[in-house]
Amino acid sequence: MSAPIIWIMIPAAGGVVLYFLRRWYRLSVALGTGLMLLLAFLAWKMPVNETVTLGPLVLKVRETLNVLGRQFTLLDTDRPFLLIIDLLAAIWFAAAYISRAGRMYVPLGLMIIGLLTAVLAVSPFLYAAMLVELAALASVALFLRPGRPVQRGALRFLIFQTLGMPFLLFTGWLLTGVEASPGELELVNRAALLLIIGFVLWLAIFPFNTWLPMVGEEAHPMSAGFVFLMLPFVVMLFGIGFLDRYAWLRNAPQLPALLQTAGVVMVLTGGVWAAFQRHLGRMLGFAVMVEIGKALLAISLPDGLSLFFAQLLPRTVALAVWCLALAILGSSPGGASRRDLSFSQVQGLGRRLPLAAASLGLAHFSIAGLPLLAGFPVSFALTQMLSRYNPTIALLTLLGMVGLLAGGLRSIAALWMGADTDPVRWQMQERRSESFFLAVGGVTILILGLLPQLFLPPLADLAQYFERLVTIP
Amino acid sequence: MIPEWSLIVAVVLVSLTSLGLLLSRDWRLGIIWLALQYLGVFLLVSRSWSVELAVIKMVAGWMAGAVLGAAITNSPGKEFKATSTSLAEGVFRMLSAGVVALVLVSVVPDSTTWVLRLNAASRWGAFILIGMGLLHLGFTNHPLRITLGLLTVLSGFEILYAAVETSTLVAGLLAVINLGLALVCAYLVLAPGIEEKE
Repeated sequence: MSAPIIWIMIPAAGGVVLYFLRRWYRLSVALGTGLMLLLAFLAWKMPVNETVTLGPLVLKVRETLNVLGRQFTLLDTDRPFLLIIDLLAAIWFAAAYISRAGRMYVPLGLMIIGLLTAVLAVSPFLYAAMLVELAALASVALFLRPGRPVQRGALRFLIFQTLGMPFLLFTGWLLTGVEASPGELELVNRAALLLIIGFVLWLAIFPFNTWLPMVGEEAHPMSAGFVFLMLPFVVMLFGIGFLDRYAWLRNAPQLPALLQTAGVVMVLTGGVWAAFQRHLGRMLGFAVMVEIGKALLAISLPDGLSLFFAQLLPRTVALAVWCLALAILGSSPGGASRRDLSFSQVQGLGRRLPLAAASLGLAHFSIAGLPLLAGFPVSFALTQMLSRYNPTIALLTLLGMVGLLAGGLRSIAALWMGADTDPVRWQMQERRSESFFLAVGGVTILILGLLPQLFLPPLADLAQYFERLVTIP
Repeated sequence: MIPEWSLIVAVVLVSLTSLGLLLSRDWRLGIIWLALQYLGVFLLVSRSWSVELAVIKMVAGWMAGAVLGAAITNSPGKEFKATSTSLAEGVFRMLSAGVVALVLVSVVPDSTTWVLRLNAASRWGAFILIGMGLLHLGFTNHPLRITLGLLTVLSGFEILYAAVETSTLVAGLLAVINLGLALVCAYLVLAPGIEEKE
């Protein structure tokens, strides 16, 4: 048995098996969630490349799996990342049943998790570009709602992700030349240019960000949220791997400025557009733009990598609550079709679904960095660090977050507004299971905001695995 | 070994087929152009790879075409069955292709510094496919057309990449990606007719 079989092959094969069991929706959701929890537990407890004794059994999980002359390697030091990926997936799968995310959600989600884990394991690591593309192809199917016409957001996502792959593959080839002769400036510049274009396409960085609000509007919120969370995280880990591996890239004097410019453009455009947005789903897309921007800003700072990893938990919880609330708000009473989430259609809906509306507000304000909520400690730390190095960027970042906050206020106003003569009185129409998940999510956002010192340090410590990166000038 | 003159034939073939893909509205014709295009791609890739490995690209491309054809035959929408192009649209597309050709004339000769290991014919073939594929993508929001555009761009890229990478795993993964694109397109085409039970 090898680690890649456990954390890559088993989820991917599990996805195939659950595809055939999709008729039994509750069972497939339970099996998918259980599998992810089991893999997360194994990542937590089971060392790689060490002998483990389980009663009469003596096991040794090897690091490497050979496939067609290439290697997939998961080291013992990769276990924290595997734990995070599998736990995130478990959280998202657990909410699938109550949010009615569709029968393809868990099978495709498992396949995507297998592929994204393979991205971190494949060697030479530039082959990862093709695995990201395969994950993107599976994501397109996840975005699609059966019975609905083809969506523009999914198509645009497909185009940008597919066009990104060749740039990364060519970068890999050029990098072998750069390693051989690092002084050849023209070669270095070409590699850097291709690398930048590839990541700009993959990470939905302006101007290739248009699919984010479109998918937020068109896809099921849980499907959109799953891809919004997992894909950028793994792509960024892949990018951090580049920085960690290549000294010429890590030490490039233009790198912090480049990352900061991309980051602040994302935060600012996402925030400003959110302030004027009139659709709850599109608002989610703009919030994800802000989050990608904040992550880029964190990576750009000296010792900001800890902050990048610390951002993960508040982001996950807030996005999960936000998507669940959107799914509940969007489900029409009959359950046959979904309600449009434009402001004109959801007016006064907060009076019938107050817990969903309140949770949506809480998650939105958390991502906007409102004090006492989960996102505040990391947003505060980010702007504080930014103000030390570049006050202008810090100010623009704050402006973007204010825009997102304004969008949240407008969402809340739309959900609760109604004429005084409105016959609909306050009532709680959420189902018990929905209320439970929303309440747990809402309380978690508050606890993370009030007691960040309990949860964030272990995540921040993950930066140690990229020790060469902590010295970005 | 593939003879030298076949490279010229391949460049002419990919030029004509990519133009045909851009101009034709009939999905049947589109898939025939795609199949012929993969023949050209095979000839160009076989300069860098062994014929046994290069043929993978052609077979994968043909399989992708077959998947697309089967999906459209079974699709519920009528928009896939369009067959005619207006004269104005055709002229506009031809002119746009001409602009791409002008760009290529200025770019390809300089590309020797970028892709040293590739002969001129393969570079021309690759850049023609990339340029025409990108143009195709810019003209449409139709899933079939987008897939044809992406397959065209990827074909061009694969010709360039074949010169620098000969791994079997890469050949396999790129073939899987081509097939995956076709399968995703098939799902996009068929999904509107699928009834989902919660």
